[in-house]
Amino acid sequence: MRFMPHTDGDVAAMLETIGAKHLDDLIAHVPANLRASATIKLDRGRSEAEVVHEISALADRNTGATGFTSFLGAGYYRHYVPAAVRAVIARAEFATSYTPYQAEASQGTTQAIFEFQTLVTQLTAMEVANASMYDGASAAAEAVLMARRLMPKRQVVAMSRALWPDYRATIRTYLSALKGLEIVEVPFDDVTGATDVAALDRIANDQLLCTVTGYPNALGIVEPLGAITEMTHRAGALAISATAEGIALGLLRAPGDLGVDIAVGEGQSFGLPLQFGGPGVGFMAARTIHLRQMPGRLVGQTRDRDGRRAFCLTLNTREQHIRRERATSNICTNHSLCALAATVYLSLMGRSGLRDLAERNVELSHQAADVLERAGIRRRFSGPFFNEFALKVANPEAALEAAERKQILAGVALGSNYTELSDALLVSVTEMNRGDEFGRLAAAIAGGQR
Amino acid sequence: MASAGRIVPIPVPENSSTRERTEPIAGVPLIFELSSEGRRGTDLSPRAAGDRRGAELLGAELCREDLPGFPELSEPQVLRHFLRLSQLNFAQALQFYPLGSCTMKYNPVVNDELAALPGLAGLHPATPAHLAQGALELIARMEAALAEITGMDGVSLHPAAGAQGELTGLLMIRAYHRKRGEVRHKVIIPDTAHGTNPASCTLAGFEVIVAKSNKRGYLEAAEVRRLMSDDVAAMMVTNPNTLGIFEPEIQEIAAALHERGAMLYLDGANMNALLGVAKPGHMGADIVQLNLHKSFSTPHGGGGPGAGPVAVKKHLEPFLPMPRLKNTDAGYEFDAERPDSIGRMRSFHNNFGMIVRAYAYTLALGGDGLAMASRLAILGANYVRKRLQPHFPSATGEPSMHECVLSHDLEKRADVSTLEIAKRLLDFGIHPPTIYFPLVVPGALMIEPTETESKEILDSFVEAMERIYDEALNDPERVKNAPQTLPVSRVDEALAARKPILRWEKKG
Repeated sequence: MRFMPHTDGDVAAMLETIGAKHLDDLIAHVPANLRASATIKLDRGRSEAEVVHEISALADRNTGATGFTSFLGAGYYRHYVPAAVRAVIARAEFATSYTPYQAEASQGTTQAIFEFQTLVTQLTAMEVANASMYDGASAAAEAVLMARRLMPKRQVVAMSRALWPDYRATIRTYLSALKGLEIVEVPFDDVTGATDVAALDRIANDQLLCTVTGYPNALGIVEPLGAITEMTHRAGALAISATAEGIALGLLRAPGDLGVDIAVGEGQSFGLPLQFGGPGVGFMAARTIHLRQMPGRLVGQTRDRDGRRAFCLTLNTREQHIRRERATSNICTNHSLCALAATVYLSLMGRSGLRDLAERNVELSHQAADVLERAGIRRRFSGPFFNEFALKVANPEAALEAAERKQILAGVALGSNYTELSDALLVSVTEMNRGDEFGRLAAAIAGGQR
Repeated sequence: MASAGRIVPIPVPENSSTRERTEPIAGVPLIFELSSEGRRGTDLSPRAAGDRRGAELLGAELCREDLPGFPELSEPQVLRHFLRLSQLNFAQALQFYPLGSCTMKYNPVVNDELAALPGLAGLHPATPAHLAQGALELIARMEAALAEITGMDGVSLHPAAGAQGELTGLLMIRAYHRKRGEVRHKVIIPDTAHGTNPASCTLAGFEVIVAKSNKRGYLEAAEVRRLMSDDVAAMMVTNPNTLGIFEPEIQEIAAALHERGAMLYLDGANMNALLGVAKPGHMGADIVQLNLHKSFSTPHGGGGPGAGPVAVKKHLEPFLPMPRLKNTDAGYEFDAERPDSIGRMRSFHNNFGMIVRAYAYTLALGGDGLAMASRLAILGANYVRKRLQPHFPSATGEPSMHECVLSHDLEKRADVSTLEIAKRLLDFGIHPPTIYFPLVVPGALMIEPTETESKEILDSFVEAMERIYDEALNDPERVKNAPQTLPVSRVDEALAARKPILRWEKKG
């Protein structure tokens, strides 16, 4: 087998050193009944060429990945990935190392994470960020758990109903085993698509632990995050923002500048392929006063014995391998290689490029909305939007089918997650879309409604 | 002997603007320190004439003014920076990396190419199922392969990591008992367990009871029976355990749990010892989580992403997380009607990119190849253990599986610690084993060679360890001052924790 270097001679010599005759002598102590039934009934091994052939055949059957004009978004976004991002994360020095327990042999990984942490604090205008989480949804759940550790006596978690459905579901699962917590969904305004601030005001009392708000939200709307945060703070609670479209932070006011206490999100837009939904990379940023309750790995700057700057994992007394059942989280690793991709991506985009890209997304999405409106297809909500918006369409399923016949993936029907929005289609427009696609989209959707 | 010369310290450039006389810095400046105002590493296609700018369309009150401190570099500068950083790392592809319990085996490079195929990398998770049948079938095939390998009935690839798989499993166990009208509060965990086990228990709302391993390093069913009550929901057992020993009484332990209605949760962190050797399902496990970045060769990535599938017996299937794949006349689709499911642990489906790689690996090895992989992994661990026995005796007299845990007397004889031995190994171009774990062995060295390392590499490791033993006795300063050949000397971790600096800040 090509991955295993042992010659027959090697095996014989090693067995002789050990004092065994056959390989199976080494497992003779495993109960016989278990060994007897352990045969793995899978096909014979395959050559590399055969493996490539077989996986390529599966890839070819994903006809939706290529050949369609796409307006799919809803939490994962189509953005151009510069080749330099792939060139870096393909490096075996990064890809085949592990958690940097040995700082001296991991300065590449630790420094890159330190840079990632810095970039996240700059994007969010927060004071500290961790080394990354699994994804945006689990980061949101961890943020709620962190809030609970900070204010253990409070009981009510207020999630905006316009927070991403996957995020809400993940928060529910993570909290499902913990006693004394109540989850409340704050409705969204049927006209604007933003979180209903008056409804939030009614539950903002001394039992409120935290609010969780999508920024932008799952309906594409840029939430009035400042007002929500202010109301949250008036009740003495913690404000959490969750951003699935990271590019938006290149242009929108930063969560930290709007008073947010814990800013989390998904970094997939920062140079990661769509890859059918994973792996992505979660980010989490907070205020320094809350640092000790933050979950996940942290890299800090320090010195080596000769006084040179160096980096290492730090504050790990919060973590599971030290504190075990009293740890801040059970998280062991982060999504380090994905965080590296994000670091390279954001470095390439840079101070002016990221803003330009964010603006371009706004311009294209507004151009698309205008074209659709001129064709009689109106937006479902009136609130401000970034690169995604909901359309009011009587029969979204028919519209999607009609568009598919024209080789267009027109968007995501919101009714599958919001029963009250069976008339809404979520359309995402990024720099991957071209202006001449919008007329085709309008014609296809209109065609599906006749 | 492995060469120590591969990693070359990179000198600070003379003209680096960040060089300060009072504050010497390590080789590579931070990306922020390389910035010059006005540079950029990306170009966008030109905007159509007359378009209003995005900030104008949104309105100034919604927009930030700037991204202060954000990098400003050209593309080649960015590339050079990160390639230079890459040179500061040890990695499995470059060095022997016998990090115990982490299974640092070769990661086939073709698997990265396959995950990047346009039909897989370019597939949006909201693509209608009938346009994503290849991906869904790949998921179904991987689920079936893992069920066969583990001897279980149902598999979910949903969890993002091993630790998330643990939490998933514990929440399922909780849901299972509740469905039967029982509320159980406790989970038994051996003293040799990984830290994630008790941390996951706390998150899942369980109280931890610690079971003691016996003097020989394994768990006795009698100890489990002693701790058993009707309030015990489950026991989490890593098998082989963290001493690298196959738990000989695992079937009796399963029986002791089942008699009282409790579940056996098998932590599959050490699955690389079990492929074609013993199936968790046959040991009596009700649930097992796997780490695809270990036995199934997906790259560790400097600490993720991995994937932590859970495999269960039939009675736990209804509780598997959402979304769950089903096969219909029209093809594969996700099942939305699963009232007993614990729900979601994350966005979308799974860490699909890692599933593709793991499936490619499983195809490459096949059933026979997987069985051989475990046998050769076990051979390597026992070989290293035997050869090091004179100076670094095994912490247990029981036979080792895929890893061995060794101890030493250098602390007493020469005041040289396990940490110092580990740091000295770096000078030999070898990544150290896991150290000080399991907690039950003072000064432990936990060595997992894996099946993809040759006899020559294992021999050079043994020679390095023997030489360090001699040095510790005859020239201890050399060991205590290690490493000397890396980009940095010993890193002051205490300082990092005492005065946390967790981000770069613009000076002045």
